[in-house]
Order: sequence, then structure tokens, then C-alpha cells
Amino acid sequence: MPEQLLWGMEVFLNGLMAGVLYALVALGFVLIFKASGIFNFSQGVMALFAALTLVGIMEGQVPFSHLINAVFGTEIHHFGWHVPALAAILLTMVVMVLLAWLVNHFIFRHLVNQEPIILFMATIGLAYFLEGFGDIMWGADIKKLDVGLPQGINGTIDEVTYNLFGYGFFIDNLDLWATFIAILLVIGLVLFAQYSKHGRAMRAVADDHQAALSVGISLNFIWVMVWSLAGFVAIVAGIMWGTKSGVQFSLSLIALKALPVLMLGGFTSIPGAIVGGLIIGVGEKLFEFTFGGMMGGATENWFAYVLALIVLVFRPQGLFGEKIIERV
Amino acid sequence: MKKTIFGAAVAAVMAAAPALADLTIVDTSYRTGPYAANGIPFSDGYQDYFTLLNERDGGIGGEMINLVECETGYNTEKGVECYESTKGEGALVYQPLSTGITYQLIPKATADGIPLHTMGYGRTSAKNGKVFEWVFNYPANYWDGASHAITHILDQNDGDISGKTIALVYHNSAYGKEPIRTLEGLAEKHGFDLTLLPVDHPGQEQKSQWLQIRREKPDNVIMWGWGVMNQVAIQEAVNIRYPMENFIGVWWSGSENDVKAAGDRADGYKALTFHNIGSDYPIYDDIQTHVVETGNAAGAGDQIGTVLYNRGMYAAMLAAEAIKTAQEIHGTAAITSAQMRDGMENLEITEEKMAALGLPNFGPEFKVTCENHGGNGFGAVSQWDAEAGEFKLITEYFQSDQEILQPLIAADSQAFAEENDIEMRCN
Repeated sequence: MPEQLLWGMEVFLNGLMAGVLYALVALGFVLIFKASGIFNFSQGVMALFAALTLVGIMEGQVPFSHLINAVFGTEIHHFGWHVPALAAILLTMVVMVLLAWLVNHFIFRHLVNQEPIILFMATIGLAYFLEGFGDIMWGADIKKLDVGLPQGINGTIDEVTYNLFGYGFFIDNLDLWATFIAILLVIGLVLFAQYSKHGRAMRAVADDHQAALSVGISLNFIWVMVWSLAGFVAIVAGIMWGTKSGVQFSLSLIALKALPVLMLGGFTSIPGAIVGGLIIGVGEKLFEFTFGGMMGGATENWFAYVLALIVLVFRPQGLFGEKIIERV
Repeated sequence: MKKTIFGAAVAAVMAAAPALADLTIVDTSYRTGPYAANGIPFSDGYQDYFTLLNERDGGIGGEMINLVECETGYNTEKGVECYESTKGEGALVYQPLSTGITYQLIPKATADGIPLHTMGYGRTSAKNGKVFEWVFNYPANYWDGASHAITHILDQNDGDISGKTIALVYHNSAYGKEPIRTLEGLAEKHGFDLTLLPVDHPGQEQKSQWLQIRREKPDNVIMWGWGVMNQVAIQEAVNIRYPMENFIGVWWSGSENDVKAAGDRADGYKALTFHNIGSDYPIYDDIQTHVVETGNAAGAGDQIGTVLYNRGMYAAMLAAEAIKTAQEIHGTAAITSAQMRDGMENLEITEEKMAALGLPNFGPEFKVTCENHGGNGFGAVSQWDAEAGEFKLITEYFQSDQEILQPLIAADSQAFAEENDIEMRCN
């Protein structure tokens, strides 16, 4: 098989894996937008906050220790214990549920029936608040995150492809795990939305707030639940991206990778987020592989947004989004 | 009664306002945002050194240092705002700590008569003091760094790298593109092939670049990164099992933060530097006694001895020595920014001087002149020792290839002078 074709196959597979990571971030956006019509600008910061909290709990870090030490002149930084990864993830989930409740109670409950742009602005404010709050709570240093996920080249795939083609493909173990976890996550979310009482209530709220309220569905509860689910997705995204780069404040910028995915897949579709992520991941990697050299390289972000723009022109709701028809 | 209230108000304002006679130093720091992890140690080092001088020596030449901190968030607009809002306080020198901010401040600072010190960043051709009267970039600049990396690779290959392939993985920005011209010149001179691999901001996704490196197997990889790009690049290099000893980053890709995410597997990664590393220097005892134990340490006080803390402290030391030089030249302790510029232009850093400051062999010796605002272009190579958890210097300080660099600097600064109608100085 020609070398270029083999390399292209390798790039294609890695594009799929990268797409899964983009989709993980996009999922959080979709969940909240679907249930409340809010484009949650703070989703990236939520992933950062979740990852910071997870590392903080695992390492036994005292929250707000810098502030406490500055005010009381103490020298406390750590509790002196380490929490196992699974327990720390569960505790982080509790924190994210609490955050969801606080966000709903203090912000969005007061903004019911406001224009979408007002809600969007509120999420921008929330993003900045959370970033600063995370900084005060856990500190700004880069933290190593290790929840036991393997990283590095997958030896089996390398060996099998080498035996088959004479060229071993590079696939990162972490990306394989991300794919596996993303599949479980999507199955879980779809089952929850389709078959559980609260899932059906969530869909009812997504269809029509007023109608949902008239049949006794608590809007507050559903919104807290949806923000909690988005918080859970944020934990997963935070773990995957944080394991790659360490947990640091630029983690919030991963939201930039999710935007073209949302534009492509649609803001209201969970499968759309996945398919959109895969198309963007594969598309940008293959484009860089094929044309990057001719165009000076670093074409990936450009390509992702151009592709999303083209889709928007012909299908404004995205490939899987619901067409919004406003009746006069 | 009214007079009493007015008098009290005036007294309060006088007390709150900075004493104009003080030596005002502005620290344009970034303790928030995506690059905070790097901005904090630099700023802590910068501030702690001046705090030490105030606490231990009563300032410089009997004049206390008035340290003003302004948060830029590593954002160019905020950096310019910081400059505009603080220059009226009598700032002696600005260290923008960002190439983007530096480019914006060069015309402003030149017009205002306030010197800039852009150590290891900013506009490389500012080294030419004939054109850039108010800008200094000693002891080393980006083009020095590019040359240092190639010299080190030459040393590893018995002086012959013809036919070898060297890849540059760089942040796709003005900063990341800085070394390209120099590397192209060096490639022509030494006969190696240069592969350019730009990485989109912020650099969290680099799979394409590292798959290409895996396919093409360059003999060496040089990195020009910042922030998260560094951590991801080192992690990806580990993932594809690229030999760490052949991977070398510029000084902005060589702090503990950069290797932390990859853990032990980053062992052997190299980075350039223009100052020494670690905390095994007499000055740290003084910092402990006069700064930390008196509760005056900047930030949380937990960055002392890290690579970027040392860099901040080194920048402060160079500023303090320039102040001393200016005081000697002008015979006054309360110098102005114009006099500070004279101090910077006549600065000479010798081993004897560094040893007396408690920083023996901490950086290269150099001398600034009217023509040369960039020093002698000396740098060294450090290497990450994962077991010890620290970077270690593995070479002596060596000079960049002046034969390649000087014509480039002359051409670039000449073009700037023509564009801006600047008359050459130092004749």
C-alpha cells in the first residue's frame, strides 16, 4: 500500500479520536441549550473548574488556602491525605451539582423569560466569575492530573498495523479511552432522556417551557438537573483534556474547539455533537495533512470554522439541529 | 472646620500617594488568565528582589523603591492600558513581559522617554542602539536563542549537521515566527534541512504536527512555545517516543510548569536559558531573612527558586544595577527615566559584580553600549532531571553566531529606521 495512503489512514483515525475529544466539550453546550435555550459560554470554564476541583480533592489541597493564609497568617496548604481517583470524581460530581444549584438559584431563576442574549451575557459573567473563583479556591499553578488512564502509543495497534502494512499506526491510549467513555456517556444520556421520568421531563421543558410548567414539571428542578449533567460532562472533558496538558487555566479555551462542532452538528442534538465532532476532527486533520504544507500549516482551526460556516449557510440549524420556525 | 477637613483630606491624599522622590518600578504582571502559571513566578521574583533591596539596604543609593504592580493578563490591550495609567507615576523602566505588548510600547515609550527592557523577548533588532534609543534587550534575544540551539546541536554532532533535519515546532504568532529567519540563515550555513511546523493558538491540539514528526523523524526538534503549547508538545513528544535529548525548547519553553504534565517521561528534555537555575545562591538566604520571614514575599511565596522566579529576580537585578549605574553617572539618587536610560546604556555586568550581589555565576558577563543594547548574546542549555525534579545547566554560557545575526539585526533595524524616519545615533 502506498506510504501516503497509510499515513492518511493514520491521520484519519487520529482525527476521529480528536473529534471525540471535541464532542465531549460540545455535549455540555448541547445539554444546556436543549433544555433551557441558553448558550452556555461558561462550559469551557466549567470543565476547568471541574478538573481543578478533582485534582484539589485528589491531592488533599485545602481550598482557598492562599486566601486563608493571607488573612490569618497561617501556613496551611494540604490536609495531608490523598483521595483515590474514583472517590474524588464522585466528590467532584457533588460539587458540580452544588454549583448547578447555585447557578440556577442565584442567576437563572431571576432571568426566566429574558431575551436569549441576556441569558448568554449572564453565562459570560458566570465564566469570568468561575475562572476567578477557581483561581482563588485552588491556585493558578499547573497541576498534574492522573486518574489512572493510560497514555502513549497503543502497542497492540502499532504491532497489528505494522504486521499488516509494514507501518505501525500511532493511536494514543488516552484517546482510545476517551472514545470508549464518550460512547458510554452518549448511550447513558440518550437512555436517560428517552426512558427516565426526569429525562422525559427534560425533553418536555426543551420543547415548551410553558406547556411543561402547566403539567406540573418544575422548571427549577429540571434546570438544576441539566446544569448538573453539563457539570458531569465537564468533569469528563476536564479529565481527558487535563490529563493531556495538565490542569491549567487555558483549559477553559477548549470551548473554542467545541464551537465549530456545535455549528456543524446543531445546538440541540446529542448525536449531532458526536457526529459534528467526528467530522470536524477528521476534516481538519486530513486537510492539514493534505494541504497544510502548501498553505503554511496551522490550518486546523481555520478549516474547522470555515467548514462550520459553509454548513451554516446551507443548513442554519446544523446537520442534526431542529429547524426553528417562528409563527406570526 | 471646613479648613480642618480640607487639611485632613489633603494630608490623607499625600499619605496615600506614592512619594515622587522614590524610584518607581512598574511590574506589568499577569497573575490571572491562561498564562498565570508562568506570570506568577516571574512577578514574584521581580518583586521579591526589590523588596529585598528596600528591606535590607533601604532601597538603592538611599532612595526607596516604589513598586507598582499592574495586571495585564498577558493581554496586549491591557498591557498598553497599564503603561498609560502608570507612566505618570514616574516609572523608570518597563518590562512588558510580552512580545505583543512590547511592539505596542516601542513607539509610545520612545515618545515618552521611558526605557523598555525586553529580556529574551520583544523586537530582536532593538539590539541596535543606533536605531532603538529607548529599547534594550540584553542579555539575549530570540535570534540568539535560535543560534544557541543550533550551536548546541552542532556540539552534539562534532560540528557537522549537514544533511540532518531539524524541525521547528512553533506558536503560530509573531513570537513563534521570530526564529525562522535566523534558522533559515543557519540552515544555509550548516547545510541542514529545516522543517517548519506551526501550531495554532493556544496549542492544546498538536496531533497533526507530532504525527508528521513521527513520520519524518527529524534528527532534532526545536520548540518555540508558550503556555499550554509547551506542556502538550512535551506530552506528545513522549507519546510518540521522540528522544527527549534531541528536543530543545527556547527559554520560554523551559520551566518546571512545562514538564510537569508529562511527569517522569519528560526526563532529558532540554531548554535554553540566559541565567542560572536553582536556589543555591547566597542571595536566597537574604531573601529568606529579609523578605519571606518578614512576611513581605510577593504572591504566596511558594515560587522561590523556580526557573521563572529566577528569571524575574534576574530582570530586577539588572534593573537595580542600571539604577546604580545611572546614579553614579548623574550623581543623584533620585534619577529620572531619561537618566535610567543612560544607566542601562552604560550597564556592565561582571562576574565580580554578580558575586558581590550574592549571585555568583548566575548569568553571562556582558556590557551594554550605545550601539549594542542587547549584550553579547550568550546563553546556555539546561536539561530536565525528572528524578531530582529540576532543570540543570548542562553547558557553559556560549555566544550566538554573530556572523549570521549581525547582518539580520542591521537589516531589520535599518528598515525600521527608514520606515519611521529615525536618525542614527552613536556617531
